[in-house]
Amino acid sequence: MSTLTALARAQAWSAGTAQRVALVRHVHLAERPLVFVPLALAGEASAPLATMVGDDPDSPRLLVVSQPRNRDQRFAFVAELADVMVSYMEGFCSVAEEVAAGRDETRPRFVNAPQVVVPNQAAIGFVRLLGRSTRFRRTTGEFAVGPAVPVLGRWLTYLAERTEHPGSCLLLAATEALSRHWASGQSELEDLNLAALMGWIDPPPGMTGEEAAAAAEDPVLSPPAGPATDPGFDNEVLESLIEACSRADGDAAASSRAVAALERALAGQLVPTWRLVWRALELLRALPEGASVARRWEGDRDSFTGYAAYLRDTGLPQPRRDGAVAAARRLDWLERAQASYAAERAFDDPLAMAEYRMTGEAFAGLVVKAEPDRLDHSGKRRKLRPLIMVETTDPVRAEVGTVMTAVTRQGQSARVVSISADSGDAMSAENGPEDGAEPAGMVRIVLELSGGMGRSLTAAPGSVPEVGEWLCYSSLTADYQRPWEFPPAEETPWTHGGPPQPYVPADEDAVEEWS
Amino acid sequence: MTNTEARLDQIRGPVPPRPHNARTIAALTSNPACVRRAILDAAGVDKAKLAAALGLPAPFGQSRFAITRGNAFEQQVKANGCAELLRLLREQLGLPIPEVSYDDLEEVAGNPGLPMRHARTRQLLTRAADSGDDAGTLFDHPLLCLEVGGRLAYLEPDLIAFRLRGKFHVVEIKSFAAIDGQADPDKVAAAAIQSAVYVLALRQLLADSGHAADLVADEVFLVCPENFANRPTAAVLDVRKQLTVLRRQLSRLAFIAELVEALPPDICLDLEPDAAGVARRPAAELAGALHVLPPRYMPECLASCEMCRYCRDGARAETAALGRAVREDLGGVDYVETALQLAAGELTAGGGEEDAAALLRTAERLRLECLQAAQFPAPDFRGSHESLAAPQSLETTA
Amino acid sequence: MTPGQHEAAQAEPARAGPAQLAASAAEKVIGDLTAGHRAVVVDSPPGAGKSSLVVRAARTLACAGEPVMVVAQTNEQADDLVDRLAAASAAGSQLLIGRLSAQDYVVSARVGRHAGVMVATDAAALSGCLVIVGTAAKWATVKARTWLFPWAIVDEAYQMRSDMLLRIAGQFDRALFVGDPGQLDPFSTVDIDRWTGLTWDPMQSAVEVLLRHNDDIPVRRLPVSWRLPSNAVPVVAEAFYPFSPFVAGTRPGERRLSFATAAFRAGPLDDALELAAETGWALYELPPRHTVRTDADAVGACAALAARLLQRGCVAHSEFAPAGIDVSPDRIAIGTAHRDQARAVRSALAGLASAGPGCSVPGLADVTVDTANRLQGREFDVVIVLHPLSGRRDATAFHLEAGRLCVLASRHRHACIVVARAGIPELLDAYPSTEPVHLNVPAKFPDGWEANQAVLAALAERKVTVR
Repeated sequence: MSTLTALARAQAWSAGTAQRVALVRHVHLAERPLVFVPLALAGEASAPLATMVGDDPDSPRLLVVSQPRNRDQRFAFVAELADVMVSYMEGFCSVAEEVAAGRDETRPRFVNAPQVVVPNQAAIGFVRLLGRSTRFRRTTGEFAVGPAVPVLGRWLTYLAERTEHPGSCLLLAATEALSRHWASGQSELEDLNLAALMGWIDPPPGMTGEEAAAAAEDPVLSPPAGPATDPGFDNEVLESLIEACSRADGDAAASSRAVAALERALAGQLVPTWRLVWRALELLRALPEGASVARRWEGDRDSFTGYAAYLRDTGLPQPRRDGAVAAARRLDWLERAQASYAAERAFDDPLAMAEYRMTGEAFAGLVVKAEPDRLDHSGKRRKLRPLIMVETTDPVRAEVGTVMTAVTRQGQSARVVSISADSGDAMSAENGPEDGAEPAGMVRIVLELSGGMGRSLTAAPGSVPEVGEWLCYSSLTADYQRPWEFPPAEETPWTHGGPPQPYVPADEDAVEEWS
Repeated sequence: MTNTEARLDQIRGPVPPRPHNARTIAALTSNPACVRRAILDAAGVDKAKLAAALGLPAPFGQSRFAITRGNAFEQQVKANGCAELLRLLREQLGLPIPEVSYDDLEEVAGNPGLPMRHARTRQLLTRAADSGDDAGTLFDHPLLCLEVGGRLAYLEPDLIAFRLRGKFHVVEIKSFAAIDGQADPDKVAAAAIQSAVYVLALRQLLADSGHAADLVADEVFLVCPENFANRPTAAVLDVRKQLTVLRRQLSRLAFIAELVEALPPDICLDLEPDAAGVARRPAAELAGALHVLPPRYMPECLASCEMCRYCRDGARAETAALGRAVREDLGGVDYVETALQLAAGELTAGGGEEDAAALLRTAERLRLECLQAAQFPAPDFRGSHESLAAPQSLETTA
Repeated sequence: MTPGQHEAAQAEPARAGPAQLAASAAEKVIGDLTAGHRAVVVDSPPGAGKSSLVVRAARTLACAGEPVMVVAQTNEQADDLVDRLAAASAAGSQLLIGRLSAQDYVVSARVGRHAGVMVATDAAALSGCLVIVGTAAKWATVKARTWLFPWAIVDEAYQMRSDMLLRIAGQFDRALFVGDPGQLDPFSTVDIDRWTGLTWDPMQSAVEVLLRHNDDIPVRRLPVSWRLPSNAVPVVAEAFYPFSPFVAGTRPGERRLSFATAAFRAGPLDDALELAAETGWALYELPPRHTVRTDADAVGACAALAARLLQRGCVAHSEFAPAGIDVSPDRIAIGTAHRDQARAVRSALAGLASAGPGCSVPGLADVTVDTANRLQGREFDVVIVLHPLSGRRDATAFHLEAGRLCVLASRHRHACIVVARAGIPELLDAYPSTEPVHLNVPAKFPDGWEANQAVLAALAERKVTVR
């Protein structure tokens, strides 16, 4: 959120069509993603009603629960869904490569990983809840379910948890992926509606974005993307169809007619969204991929490989809530991932970097002077420390002493020596920027470079920026930083409640009461 | 009847005002600066009907599945003299409740009208407060009342006021689930502020008979389904903050009189059809009347106010329609077109817009530079909205 | 607090002077340390002698032979504590003080000047020291098993995050936590609800997590602010410490400002300065307008007020120097909510400094300009505040946060001048108040809205309006 994206929204509104806010694609797109469009029954935490799922846009699988409050039917639905999803995911577990793992060791990593795509953030919530409601089920005992059900639950929970990790693409919400690359002419709240957002990005011929978005708000023309169904649909159509199914229970012919009618109605609600999600993927695929996307996908593949191995070996369900140490560890991990994802995006995409140029944490300009042979005599040994002067009209806010990196010269660090505005012939002019907000004036920044030039006191050719080169410097780093150390969970200190009780699968996890 | 009340009646037309309930009173806090909403709510206008009459009906509706489920859950909690509820309060919240009696205040002999039921509630609750003993009593279907903007609102906690350790606690039964101790925070917030309305009303009732306000606890018991089964669980909600917010907003209603004073004398939003079934006021007239009531549209209205589509339509050219954060990022400029012109350098900033203009020009320069470097054609966005440089003149929506 | 308790608290000074109150509170804390509690928490309002308590507690424990690890949140704070510990050491019984530091730490002047201080990056090298001071981040890198301190003292504990405490808690047996609950809470750049409601939520403060798991820990309060003048205490206490009031350490009139020169052609700047000198507060109110964050007029006003203070030769009279000491530029601070605002103010000061002969004011570059985050824990004679809500159209949770305004309004010993555009009360009135509510999360007080309202009400009577 910044003036750049706000301006893009304003421009989209004026132009009647969405505007780009990213020049490259920041998400990985699988060759064969699994699109999952769920619908839930209103009034309950996670009562699946129907879903359209599949990895082929032309042959979706429709699964329906005809009596959503019937426990057996619900779990039969989940078992069928498990059939589709688990086999999709396990399909990636066959081909692995060896990857270096420190010193002389290697570890395996699957060459590819699944990617599940849902319409919106609410659907991710549904995945999380469905995972929660199934991963603790038992396959034996009084409330037994089919064997695939708890496995699906663990996978769904894994995917939903993975979305918290910035830059992860194993589970994608179409609305989020689209919003990262386009600004519509409506508000962020309205962008949560996939059809409305797509109306701005990909309006039907002859319609403006606004008109298409307005049509998308009509639940009759454009059924909601779910998981919540339209209340009008519930009251006028769904209720009687479900009632018909339960009345027809026992009579095979009537039952199959009733179920078929229900399926047709639900398919009518699901198909438009199904198509929209695939279309969204097409639009995203047309964007060139960002340079660091592959590296982040490797991280996703590592994670997937690790979880698949865990499921095979112990396969305990994820705990309900994190313990104290697990929570702290995860927070550290997420904070790092967030910082490195932000930096990588900026390095990959000039429009993303432009946000930092607006706030003054980055600047771009031409090199107007260079002293490539300058040596630093201050320490015991002489060191090669070239100076360059970069001229820019960006509203620079860096402070003297800040260490920055150029996007095109990431192996080299540059320390700010001086910043001067509209004066300063010598390299050492030292003044704060006169008025930071006004970009009309030229700002000249002198930087001292180190690294990336070879070992001798003469720089390797091409390793020092030359006069006339356009460079963009920022104080962002995407470097790997070692995570903090935490005590093991058994040593959780008294300040945080002491060591947690070890998990013992309890009967009550599998117990349920149904209305 | 005061002058203000008379004016409000006139604005509404010859129909009874929409009765307030806890939800609508709580909604007073959601957009306090919107004069349009303040007047419509004060006058008791049926906003949903008004929006429909203007051709931009509200997108709200409730699924019967949700209603059925909510009712069933409530029945379950209250069944057998609230056996489930008691078990929860005893086991989960650890409350020492030796013996409990159950009082259903809905049953007043004969045909109970609202004032009758309220009188009975008042009588029983006051008696319980006076008695001073600790015997727990669950009061089901109490009818409270609160004065809001000069009108009396009858409030029915579909819940139970209960006495424990000398204090009354409001109990709210909701059907959204608490999964592993977490529930949807927006729904919990709504439940909290609705409960605060009941707490306020209950405090007033007891204050009328000379009892201290703190006889009603600041803590409300929220009962909702646990995880995915139908078993209820209870949580304690501290509503002190919600109480201060409510008191604040209710006291602001006093300023309605000033707002009403400033309106033209003859505005009327009568939605009723005449004998022939034709609307007495066509949409254009209604729109004209509404135009005098300044709205304060923001996208959050889409989730909370029945007039949202109509106000959004009127706010199309404003940066507020794109969101408050976007408006702030555009330097606080009011109209989208103005922001674009400032950004393109087509408009000279005046009267304090210089800072915003500088910000926008830098953003425009950076965007253009990046798009051009990537060989994108400079977007031609001087397209469809040239006529919206100034606020739109009122067009008929009929 | 009931009205009865409030009266009792206010009546205290009549019976016992502030010095006595403070002393007995400190005694109680020291007593608690030996009474067998696993931990003690001390809530300290601004300028209540928290550092003195830390120094005293550390010395008491160390002199009894029990090694103490002192945990500070920043290098600045760690160095301040080392300085004070070493100075107390020189005056009283000798103690070797250790300063545990990171690799890139540069020994500051106030640490380096003491003979009895050892600086090292490895805790083992400091094993001869009975008191070792380091930042939490550095302590977290020390291997727990080799060093179990009988005691830790955690300074600014309300600003330390729960996960940081988790990392260091294995290094000590018992701890004294001291901090100011009214200042800014720790935060994270990550925005998720995953741990909300858990008693060990890593994003809450160290004191919160400690108290949620150990409800038998005594929580003491320091009752006197030595920093805030007597005309500031009622405002700050009511707004930001509604359930734990405190009193001023100085009597009315003991802290005041005067000017060496009279105002020639006095304008609103001078009116504001005179008002602040007289009453300890002033609101310099600009015409209402919605502006960007770096509102040139507001930023310029902050700089102009600082310059005018120096130009007029401001003198600070206190209980230590009734005749007055000149207020030097480094005793003036300008506080803002955002870094870009701080930068803009610095630019404005630089502009004034080089405005030419006759207009120039020497030393303007030494005026401290920083955000609330970075001003936490520091104190000055005169503070100028750019109100977080000035020029805004909408309040947001960030700008309403009580902690932010509390820090900005409680740094001063003599006077605080707030710069704001008119229109803030209307802004507060329009605020929707529809914040989410989470289960199992205790309600936090003070409420930012209420706190802002209270401060505005106090300032309303000390307003200078600029046309």
